[in-house]
Amino acid sequence: MTPFAALASTAVLLPLDDIDTDQIIPARFLKGTEKTGLGGHVFADCRARPGFPDLAPGARILLAGANFGCGSSREHAPWALVDHGFRAVIARSFADIFRQNATKNGLLPVALDAAAYARVLAARIADPALVLDVDLPAQRVSIGGAPDASFGFAIDPFAKHCLVHGVDELGYLLGFADRITAHERRT
Amino acid sequence: MTPNTPHRPGGPRTLFDKIWDAHVVAEEPDRPAVLYIDLHLVHEVTSPQAFAGLGTRGLGVRRPDRTFATMDHSVPTVPRGLAMVDPAGEQQLGRLATNCRDHGVTLYDTDSDRQGIVHVIGPELGLTHPGQTIVCGDSHTSTHGAFGALAFGIGTSEVEHVLATQCLLQHRARTLEVRVDGALAPGVTAKDLVLALIARIGVGGATGHVIEYTGAAIRALDMEGRMTVCNMSIEAGARAGMIAPDDVTFAYLEGREHAPRGAAWDAAVARWRELRSDDGAHFDRTVELDAGRIEPMITFGTNPGMGIAVTGRVPSPADTPDAAQRASLDKALHYMDLAPGEPLLGHAIDVVFIGSCTNARIADLRAAAGVMAGRRVADGVRALVVPGSKAVKRQAEREGLDQVFRDAGAEWREAGCSMCIAMNGDRLEPGQYAVSTSNRNFEGRQGPGGRTFLASPLTAAASAVTGRITDVRSLLGGAR
Repeated sequence: MTPFAALASTAVLLPLDDIDTDQIIPARFLKGTEKTGLGGHVFADCRARPGFPDLAPGARILLAGANFGCGSSREHAPWALVDHGFRAVIARSFADIFRQNATKNGLLPVALDAAAYARVLAARIADPALVLDVDLPAQRVSIGGAPDASFGFAIDPFAKHCLVHGVDELGYLLGFADRITAHERRT
Repeated sequence: MTPNTPHRPGGPRTLFDKIWDAHVVAEEPDRPAVLYIDLHLVHEVTSPQAFAGLGTRGLGVRRPDRTFATMDHSVPTVPRGLAMVDPAGEQQLGRLATNCRDHGVTLYDTDSDRQGIVHVIGPELGLTHPGQTIVCGDSHTSTHGAFGALAFGIGTSEVEHVLATQCLLQHRARTLEVRVDGALAPGVTAKDLVLALIARIGVGGATGHVIEYTGAAIRALDMEGRMTVCNMSIEAGARAGMIAPDDVTFAYLEGREHAPRGAAWDAAVARWRELRSDDGAHFDRTVELDAGRIEPMITFGTNPGMGIAVTGRVPSPADTPDAAQRASLDKALHYMDLAPGEPLLGHAIDVVFIGSCTNARIADLRAAAGVMAGRRVADGVRALVVPGSKAVKRQAEREGLDQVFRDAGAEWREAGCSMCIAMNGDRLEPGQYAVSTSNRNFEGRQGPGGRTFLASPLTAAASAVTGRITDVRSLLGGAR
């Protein structure tokens, strides 16, 4: 996995709660056998609707509401978001399976507390060209050009370790082969 | 994000604690546990990239004997032998067959008499046992928790991890006890119970938690009902849902193809009887429901938490204080073309779908047939009945249920996921309204522009024969 580098980007604004993985990538696009090529289908059925934000490439951050990525376990959701160009999703909270799938694909889930989220959201609504800085090693999101507007976020230490160093989880897991064998003998 | 702290050593443990503890291969500070997986179920949609990953790394499947595959998501449910509705789906099915052959994995393909929806056939074949860890690249893997297993959905990267190592990197979840006391009233089912729970705690209400369902109303459910409840746990955001095994569980499993036999069966049952939360075991949270107060439920919106009693009225965004929630509700009502305050009873529908891993088992079909017997599907309504597996289909045909459905004017289909996920050609047309026994009413879930009302098989069957959203109790004779 490619290490997660420092990120400074504008953000697409989609501040709705409970955006499910069927919205992120509808099921009819799950018939492929590759991980790539799904970016063109991200939010396929929502994009044409009035009020849906412009997904023109460039913005690498998606600013969503609470419980982002609920529903299906389809890893096609982070594959599609990453293929489109997103590197981070900032939200109030994430669904469990989506969060685990995201970090395995270099997509950083940033869950902000209510106060921080409200500040970032208000700043982005006021200025569509707003640049957000995401510093994963420091676990902080900052509003560009406003040194006092910097907010911490929590992340699982192992997920962070893998993202920062580009560690592949399966490689790590394979290192336990002997202990797995011992477990199988025991049970 | 905060990992749960384990129970005190030697102290009372929950059912979840017991299964978790027995499967930890390694647990190091600041690292997720290495958790051993007893049973890995595989289907065509979420596995091809995982098998390809193995190939790239030159790895094999560590335990093909613990890995079972079937075809369900994109299989046609019109009679077999007809050409697949689309080449991409056909290619994906072909890839699964090749992968299973190359790696020695048992596959129940469309020609197999054991084929069906993965979460229907696992229990049906006796593959699902109490105390197991079970995963599948499918969020509704929570279904298997009905047997007192720890069962949860995983992504494709994790499918690759399990294929390669039979293990997963996992953090210990928090625990949520959902205690349902009392008894369900006539016309009220397991589906209504779980829809009522999700309406109460929300689609993110159990995020980070494994639910254990307890209480008299849960004990009173048959295995099909328990599976329906555990199946929908993911719709509350839960990592898994589980129910401690009891005589109902053992009676269901005994004699099934992959269940232990003879002395091994007796030993297994003795072991399984220990799989319950100890008195005084600590749950991180508890939610209580009174089964007697639950009415037949139906969803009005675009997630399973947007549910009301079938006799209720659509809520108003104006009454929702939180801006993001208000925006989501507003968007949902716009999509569904429903007005705040509108009753759902009597709302005209176009399609009824009875099927899915939530409600396509034999008990579900018996319930639906009981309502449709001697009645006709209303003019202008299309009703599909899609059994969850070939075994369910055979059993239903032995009981004459297929004839009840056909006589009523419903379509009797082959086994598969069908219109729950609309990958196989069974789908709603834009703007159509459906009452569905499936698990998700997300925008476009049953076809782009389609609108879904989630409900029980009883409510679906009642609505099919009237052509309108109907309180099944009005057809049951005197219960209202």
